[in-house]
Amino acid sequence: MASILVYAELSEGKVAATSLELMAKARELGDVYAVALGSGAKAAAATLGKHGAKVVHVSEDAAFDDYIAEPATDAVASLVEQQKPDAVLFGFTPDSREVAGRLAARLGVGLIANAGDLAAQDGSFVAKVPYFGGSKVASMKANAKPAIVLIRPKSFEASESGGTAEVKEIEAPVADASKRAHIAERVVEASEKVKLEDARIVISGGRGMGGPQNFPLLEDLASALGGAVGASRAVVDAGWVPYSMQVGQTGKSVRPGVYIAVGISGAMQHTVGMKTSKVIIAINKDAEAPIMKMADLGVVGDALKIVPALTAAVKAKKNG
Amino acid sequence: MPDFRRSDNDRSPLKIVVTVKQVPDPNSNLTLEGDNTISRDKEAVLDPGDECGVEEGLQLKEAHGGEVILVSMGPERARDAIRKGLSMGADRGVLVSDAALAGADALLTARVLAAAIKQEQPDLVICATESYDGSTGMVPPMIAELLGFPQLTFAKKVEVDGSTIKIHRQTADGYQIVEAPSPVVVTVTAAIAEPRYASLKGIMAARSKEIKQVSLADLGVEKSEPAEAIEGVVDAETRKSGEVIEDDGTAVDKIVQVLSAAKVL
Ligand SMILES: Cc1cc2nc3c(=O)[nH]c(=O)nc-3n(C[C@H](O)[C@H](O)[C@H](O)COP(=O)(O)OP(=O)(O)OC[C@H]3O[C@@H](n4cnc5c(N)ncnc54)[C@H](O)[C@@H]3O)c2cc1C
Ligand SMILES: Nc1ncnc2c1ncn2[C@@H]1O[C@H](COP(=O)(O)O)[C@@H](O)[C@H]1O
Repeated sequence: MASILVYAELSEGKVAATSLELMAKARELGDVYAVALGSGAKAAAATLGKHGAKVVHVSEDAAFDDYIAEPATDAVASLVEQQKPDAVLFGFTPDSREVAGRLAARLGVGLIANAGDLAAQDGSFVAKVPYFGGSKVASMKANAKPAIVLIRPKSFEASESGGTAEVKEIEAPVADASKRAHIAERVVEASEKVKLEDARIVISGGRGMGGPQNFPLLEDLASALGGAVGASRAVVDAGWVPYSMQVGQTGKSVRPGVYIAVGISGAMQHTVGMKTSKVIIAINKDAEAPIMKMADLGVVGDALKIVPALTAAVKAKKNG
Repeated sequence: MPDFRRSDNDRSPLKIVVTVKQVPDPNSNLTLEGDNTISRDKEAVLDPGDECGVEEGLQLKEAHGGEVILVSMGPERARDAIRKGLSMGADRGVLVSDAALAGADALLTARVLAAAIKQEQPDLVICATESYDGSTGMVPPMIAELLGFPQLTFAKKVEVDGSTIKIHRQTADGYQIVEAPSPVVVTVTAAIAEPRYASLKGIMAARSKEIKQVSLADLGVEKSEPAEAIEGVVDAETRKSGEVIEDDGTAVDKIVQVLSAAKVL
């Protein structure tokens, strides 16, 4: 049986959704061990046990919350040395990828990033990775042991398998030498009414919205439908809306019941974050825009006219 | 007691390395070679993310004095990407070019870049959060590890205060203020700075700026096997395209129907 170490990311003291998705896959691949670092790690161990971890290595040292990457790299590297896992899995998320990168360099083993799936094969692992601008998928076989693989959020469905993990305390204190990149302050800017990742319906705007002054049109539609507003990177980079709204490769991955792309062309880096939505509706004035080829319903027209009319129709239907 | 720490307006010089990668022109179509590698004979440009890195390096130099050195790994013609950064105002470049580096993975790339950067002994290394073509962002944390530097990532703002580097690190719901003692590796987002256009004067001046070319042997780096082997490439699954309608006034009704069918309305 292969042994799989899952790096469980904690966010606000809870196991990140992506880490639980990884657990579901890891269970298929072998015996699962997890590591949880920072405040909430012990409670996280109970959750990870329910999702199939046999053993969870924990430390609640505050240094894991307050310093970027280095303390976690030390802890995972020493676990790898002791446990000799066949694979170490990370979410392909901003925080995890920093740890994975340092770990791979320290162990000298390299890694496979941005995987959408993973399977065991001939004593090693083969990952599916988007290739060639996303129009192709490459099967990449890990040459090294452990195989370090970073898996994109929302690639698997999380599910409880029942069980209790043995909790093992990591004894070694965090070395002072690794307390360098210090998070001195956390500033929260976004006040999301409905979290983008959890919303049943997401309405995203792109450059076709014409300017930040038109985004309230999308807010109105979202509140009428009880959904959340997302955006393309083009409008985030242009400063129209905050980064917290970005959907796509370098933003959030969403999988709502309905995704409405408004004035978004549908570049691969955007669609990778939303293409598993159940129903996709696109509103775009260009019938040839790539998003039209993947939409269940594509409407060719002016977003600035259609969106307010749609909001009115939704409200009328709700009240009538 | 005199304060030996440098304040913001003190101009003791900063030595800044910016990593710059040459990537296929985002506006041209890619083609695949027989061995499943992406064809390299396309129009190539300086990575748009690295252009932001060069701009930030130049702004820090303007504020604090110092030097901006561009480091790249790639084929001979990656010289053009360095030249672009030099014409924006960077001081000189280093190109690591070696036939043995074709098909290098992230770790080998990072080992090569780290070795080249080490020779410069910088205060600050600036990379983009992810490259346009690789776009996995794995090289910068590897460089940081190999150099033994802390990493300050996803920066949308960088400040230098004495030997402390402070950034605003973009997060899902806002930002964090993160600081570390130099030397550090900083990764910057596209929001950090609008890259300047190279002036005619800049383009002329770049012609006489030094681009030092080095090989693997010069750096004392040995080639390592890639972390992964490509076993096969298939077309990505695509969603079936659905119905496309012109908005002739009934589009709203149609959308409402789809929303109702999906049970969100
Ligand atoms: C490394 C890397 C990572 C990236 N990560 C992401 C990411 O996470 N998320 C992301 O979104 N992008 C990402 N991108 C950028 C991506 O490649 C595209 O540039 C971006 O998604 C384009 O945004 P857009 O569709 O809003 O703009 P455009 O491509 O400019 O499209 C605008 C669309 O609006 C339509 N339009 C114009 N006016 C109207 C109107 N009045 N009514 C209706 N339609 C109209 C146009 O026909 C067009 O299709 C990334 C790029 C790179 C290189
Ligand atoms: N071959 C290279 N030459 C110079 N810089 C590179 C190279 N590869 C990666 N980088 C740097 O690392 C960043 C992230 O690249 P990647 O990890 O490939 O997404 C790039 O934007 C560059 O700043």
